[in-house]
Order: sequence, then C-alpha cells, then structure tokens
Amino acid sequence: MALVRFTQNIQRHVACPPRNVEGPTVRDILNAYFRGNALARDYVFDEQGQLRRHMAIFIDGEPVLDRRGLADPVSPAGTIDIVQALSGG
Amino acid sequence: MSQRLHVATRKGLFTLDRHGARWSITRTSFLGDNCTLVMHDPRPIGGRTRQRRTKFSGQLVAALDHGHFGVKLHRSRDGGATWQPIGTPAYPPKPADYKPRMPAEGAPYEWALKRVWSLAPGGAHQPGRLWCGTLPGGLFRSDDHGDNWEFNRTLWDDPKREEWFGGGAEVPGIHSICVHPTDPDRLVLGISCGGAWITEDGGGSWRCSGPGMRAEYMPAERAFDPNIQDPHLVAQCTAHPDTLWVQHHNGIFRSTDRAAHWTEIQNVKPSAFGFAVAAHPKDPDTAWFVPAIKDEKRIPFGGRVVVNRTTNGGRTFKTLTRGLPQKHAYDLVFRHALDVDESGDRLAFGSTTGSLWVSENGGDSWKSLSQHLPPIYAVCFEKPLVAG
Repeated sequence: MALVRFTQNIQRHVACPPRNVEGPTVRDILNAYFRGNALARDYVFDEQGQLRRHMAIFIDGEPVLDRRGLADPVSPAGTIDIVQALSGG
Repeated sequence: MSQRLHVATRKGLFTLDRHGARWSITRTSFLGDNCTLVMHDPRPIGGRTRQRRTKFSGQLVAALDHGHFGVKLHRSRDGGATWQPIGTPAYPPKPADYKPRMPAEGAPYEWALKRVWSLAPGGAHQPGRLWCGTLPGGLFRSDDHGDNWEFNRTLWDDPKREEWFGGGAEVPGIHSICVHPTDPDRLVLGISCGGAWITEDGGGSWRCSGPGMRAEYMPAERAFDPNIQDPHLVAQCTAHPDTLWVQHHNGIFRSTDRAAHWTEIQNVKPSAFGFAVAAHPKDPDTAWFVPAIKDEKRIPFGGRVVVNRTTNGGRTFKTLTRGLPQKHAYDLVFRHALDVDESGDRLAFGSTTGSLWVSENGGDSWKSLSQHLPPIYAVCFEKPLVAG
C-alpha cells in the first residue's frame, strides 16, 4: 500500500493524517483516502473533482504528469505527497 | 443603534464593541486567514428561547478564501466565540458538451466556486433561508442556515447569463443580494458585469432589470444594454425597498420602482466612481458613497478621503470630510466595506490600507478606530431583525 502524506499547512484547517492506502493510480488512492475524510477532499479538489490550481502532488518525489486525470501509476511501496504549489504565492 | 461591528480583512475577522462612547476590538477570529466577507443573520436560531441566555441573536457567517485550499464558509452562533465549518456552495458538474465561451475573452466558462461574493439572510418568516452570490456568477440558496446549498439552476441556465463577463475579476460574479424585507421572495441581484437581475418568486424565474444604466466602457451600441452593466454594488432602502441605489463602474444610478427603471445621478463631485454605497434604512432619499478617481487609478482625489452624502435623492451631494484624512491618504474602499446601522446615524467604513472609521451622526463627522488593520474587505454592523 502506498503512503499518502499531506503538507503540514493543511493540518490547521482539517486533519489529514498520513495513511497507507491501496490503489493502482493517484486518483484511485486519493479517492480511497477521502472516502474516510470527505471534509479534506474539498481542500485538495474543487467541486468538479479537479485538483486545485495551486496544489501539487508528487509520487516518490516526482510531480504527477496527469494533473487532470491523475492517472499516474503508484507502486505499492510508493509515497504520495500532497503539497502547496509555490505558484500560489 | 448597533453596538457591534464585524470587520472582514485579508488577515482575519475583527469584532469591535462599543462601550460607552468608545469602540475597541474585542475579538479576533481566523487570524492570519483571508476573510473576504462576513454576514450577520439576526433571525433567532431554533426559536427565541435557545439563545435567550446570550445577548447575541442569530448567527454569523464568515467566508474564507484559503487560496491553495479553496473557499470555505464558517458559522458562529455565539457571536464569534466559536466557529464551525458549514457547507460550501458547489457548482454542479459541467456538462462535457457545454460549448459556450466567455464573451470578449473567448475563454471557457468557469463552473467551480471562485469566491463567495455576497451573503444575505432570507425573510423573517423563512427560517434557515440564506442566499449566497458567487464568482463565477452562480446563485445559491440554503434552507438550513447554510449547512447545505442549492444551486439556482434557472438563473444559471438563462441564455443571457452567458453574456456576462468579469469586472475586476476574470469571471462575472454576484456581489449584491437585496431581499425585499416584507416580501422576501422578491430579490434584486447586482452582478459584475451582468447588471441587476430580479426575481419575484424566490428564484423560480428571473429577468434582467429595466433600462437606465449606462456603460461607458462598452461600444456605443451596447452602452445601455442592461445585461452588460457593471454595478459595483446595489443597496436597498429597508423601509422603502422600491428605492435602490447603485454605485456603478462609471456612475451613480437610482431606481424608485425596484429596478424597472434607473436614473443616472449627474454632476457628482469629486467623482461618481467608487465601489461602496450605503442606503439609509428609513429615508429613501439618503445614501452615502466613497468616491475615488476612476478607474485606472482608484485612489482618492487629491489624497483626501471623503464620503459623499445625498439627502435629496441625488439632486445634490454634501462631501463629508470632518475626521477623515485630507492629505496624502490613498485609502480605497471596497464595495462591502461601508455599512450603516438600522438607525441611519451610525456608519462605518474600512479601506484597503487598513483604516477604519465610524460616524455616529450620519457622516457629519468621523472617528478613526484603527489605521493599521489588514486590508479591509467588508464591514458589517449587527442589526436587529426587521419584521416581515
């Protein structure tokens, strides 16, 4: 199972503890994570299911290539980091 | 008169209380966060008994824009001592085959919440009803005090909505919601840039307001098109709700027939440009404005902060300066940053440079409450319930 970690900055708004989650792609893994934490989903995705413009996702230190579909594969031992993109200031 | 003022700023929400003749900050909420709007809903929650033990009645709703993390709404039922997150208005899924694009820019229409730009309680006998106007132009209604929001599909699906465009922001937005105090299914919205829109049936059907507004930023052929006007704010006289005032992008307009017609107010000195307008709650002939140099500069004329007041329906204005800085002051007052209380005597306004003033005499004189708050987006007096 991949490890999902969130930026510390989000924690003061909504609790997003690190968790190990199973799934083949970033989208699958995050959907599974947010099923148990719906409030947090709204901080990362907009209501159309799109990754918020100034959020960024890394897989094992590399930025995801498919920001719209989040179809990038994740290995079972992988680590997903959800952070704020510096583009947001 | 109101004894409490809420001030929404770039770095949090500040609450000021009046003790004796002095105002002071008594509470900070969301310190460090971008609080873009605050609303006081005076209607008792769950019957009058539930909140009897506190002086506070009703609820506060604050809009936060967390930037990276999106827009959120929070609610307090104890005057701001504690806050809870509530539902965030959400746009419905954008159809995959939706083709129209924004006029002029040609960009695809946004279908996701960008900003909460207006909040208004429903009628006195509509418990739980709230209205929320947003960028990019969607209107939402709640019937459970903001826990859940319903998207007003009728307005969004009106083909004329696709003619709206951004004014100041990249996308259009609803910044004004005037709820008729005794017939609360009658609403007038202010939209930049979509003019004023009217419903008589609680949002079941809509029409664009009548003629009279003028847009000098458009080609002459379109200047009087009601649907492309840029009212910066629409304000309603509570006691005479057929009287509406508009601070527009290039002028001041007034209606005395609830937006069926608008009349431009001419020869306003030092300027007819500005963002804010406050309508006297009882006197339909009185309103206040905070003028600035139009629109490419957006600073006060001559570095002097002034308030313009008319007491005769716009025939003449008195420029009020007592207590306001008259030298090298560059305060700009945003559209929601001027408010008047239920008496019509007490006003407050705040600026982009963090100055906050209050008047106890209808604007004749002003007192500085702070000169170093964060940039101020909105001020809101706590006001009593208007019986409907």
